[in-house]
Amino acid sequence: MKPLAPISSTARVVLGISFFVLFVAAWSYATFGGFVSKTFLANPWIMLQDGWFLLVKQGFLHDIGMTIWRVLGGFVLAALLAVPIGILMGAYKPIEAFLEPFVSFARYLPASAFIPLLILWAGIGELQKLLVIFIGSVFQLILMVAVSVGSVRRDLVEASLTLGARDAGVLKRVLIPSSAPEIAEILRLVLGWAWTYVIVAELIGSSSGIGHMIIDSQALLATGQIIFGIIVIGIIGLISDYAFKAANRRLFPWSII
Amino acid sequence: MSKLVIDNVSRIFPAVRGGTPTRALEPTNLSVADNDFVTILGPSGCGKSTLLRMIAGLDRPTTGRIMLDGKAITGPGADRGMVFQSYTLFPWLTVSENISFGLRERGISQRERNDIARQWLEKVGLTSFANHFPKQLSGGMQQRTAIARALANDPKILLLDEPFGALDNQTRALMQELLLGIWERERKTVIFVTHDIEEAIFLASRVVVMSARPGRIKADIPVDLPHPRHYTIKTSPAFSDLKARLTEEIRVEAVLAAEAH
Ligand SMILES: Nc1ncnc2c1ncn2[C@@H]1O[C@H](COP(=O)(O)OP(=O)(O)O)[C@@H](O)[C@H]1O
Ligand SMILES: [Mg+2]
Repeated sequence: MKPLAPISSTARVVLGISFFVLFVAAWSYATFGGFVSKTFLANPWIMLQDGWFLLVKQGFLHDIGMTIWRVLGGFVLAALLAVPIGILMGAYKPIEAFLEPFVSFARYLPASAFIPLLILWAGIGELQKLLVIFIGSVFQLILMVAVSVGSVRRDLVEASLTLGARDAGVLKRVLIPSSAPEIAEILRLVLGWAWTYVIVAELIGSSSGIGHMIIDSQALLATGQIIFGIIVIGIIGLISDYAFKAANRRLFPWSII
Repeated sequence: MSKLVIDNVSRIFPAVRGGTPTRALEPTNLSVADNDFVTILGPSGCGKSTLLRMIAGLDRPTTGRIMLDGKAITGPGADRGMVFQSYTLFPWLTVSENISFGLRERGISQRERNDIARQWLEKVGLTSFANHFPKQLSGGMQQRTAIARALANDPKILLLDEPFGALDNQTRALMQELLLGIWERERKTVIFVTHDIEEAIFLASRVVVMSARPGRIKADIPVDLPHPRHYTIKTSPAFSDLKARLTEEIRVEAVLAAEAH
């Protein structure tokens, strides 16, 4: 292996899949081989059976749907607010000076610690779940977008000024398009984090969702179901990640040429 | 009549963290006539970019003022086009869209923008690259696009800061001919900054030599070579004489600059 030397796309796919194979093999070895008690870790076969049971008998698809809707709902709300604020913060230093200290502070408040408070305020309904995602994502998004917009190449801004661009033109025609691919990348990243908040939100005071199923299964010692739930989360994450990447490639062909 | 008047302009950059302030440019006077092509020649670090940036309005003089057509310059504007040494095409726009950036800012209709962009694409020989993104172009093509982008705006004066500095010698020579050809047809007022003596003579009707830091104007030498100029002129006796003279002027400064570092 040479540092940074590229590999073929076939090799990339094969290598990527082989780690999953190794992982499942190690898991099978540990469980089928009887090295780990069934109570603590189900084997892959039981996991699949439990998964089938969940999907067919327990209406798990509805849980998956609820979880996805909560993540997307909270995340879209956060993005709608955070992206414009982040852009303004990145572009205008007084706005940055005004908001940056508070946002930096708020970003360290753990979303999960808000859950008890949000239950008091908003009950255990959907609003509370959306707010957890919202609080968990919005401050991160604002800061990251602001940094991205603030670090747009100075010489591009200067070039636009010598071409007659005024304030609004610089913002609309240089700062925003220049940082757009990075903002899309930030959205992809933070959406991944939002997934972890939703599960936590569903572990407490919820009657549906993947997290709710997981906490129910714990009471039944159904480790197969828990693992199935976790794997489903991973697969959805993988799909949304690929969808995001594909969309970015289509929207911003210039940034990857 | 003088198009551009630089009146007692100096620039001192304030000290950072207990250092000494940088005297980038000593008080400087310079007048540039309408339709003239002036090159500013000097060793690196002598304040050439600083001077050009102040004309563009991207930086402010510490003392003095700069007048364009009798009006003081207070900030950047479309009346002064600029081509930078670094590649500054907008990477998200195609070559054609880059060229019409300034036109769009002025609210010119799409149809007219396309017409002007097409004309400039032809003048810089990039018609078949109209829909390419900057990253797909060579350095020389990018700078040709940057020149077209600045000129499509029809500025009163064109400022170029070592635009060919990063190009190989062959490409650079071709770019010089291209730029000179455009100037011979359009007769824009041009200020071109370079540290390359041949380039300074070949392009200019007047070479302004700057001294090593702190920069000031050391010599102002007319170039009376006939137009249109062909690259073969670089081997003519008149060219060689000028080159010998400028080499002497600049050598002294380069030695001083090297000693200062
Ligand atoms: N923004 C700045 N802040 C501080 N010093 C600067 C700045 N820009 C340029 N200088 C200094 O001013 C001097 C002249 O710089 P410059 O005009 O870029 O020279 P040239 O273009 O002739 O190579 C240099 O010593 C440089 O370090
Ligand atoms: Mg320079």
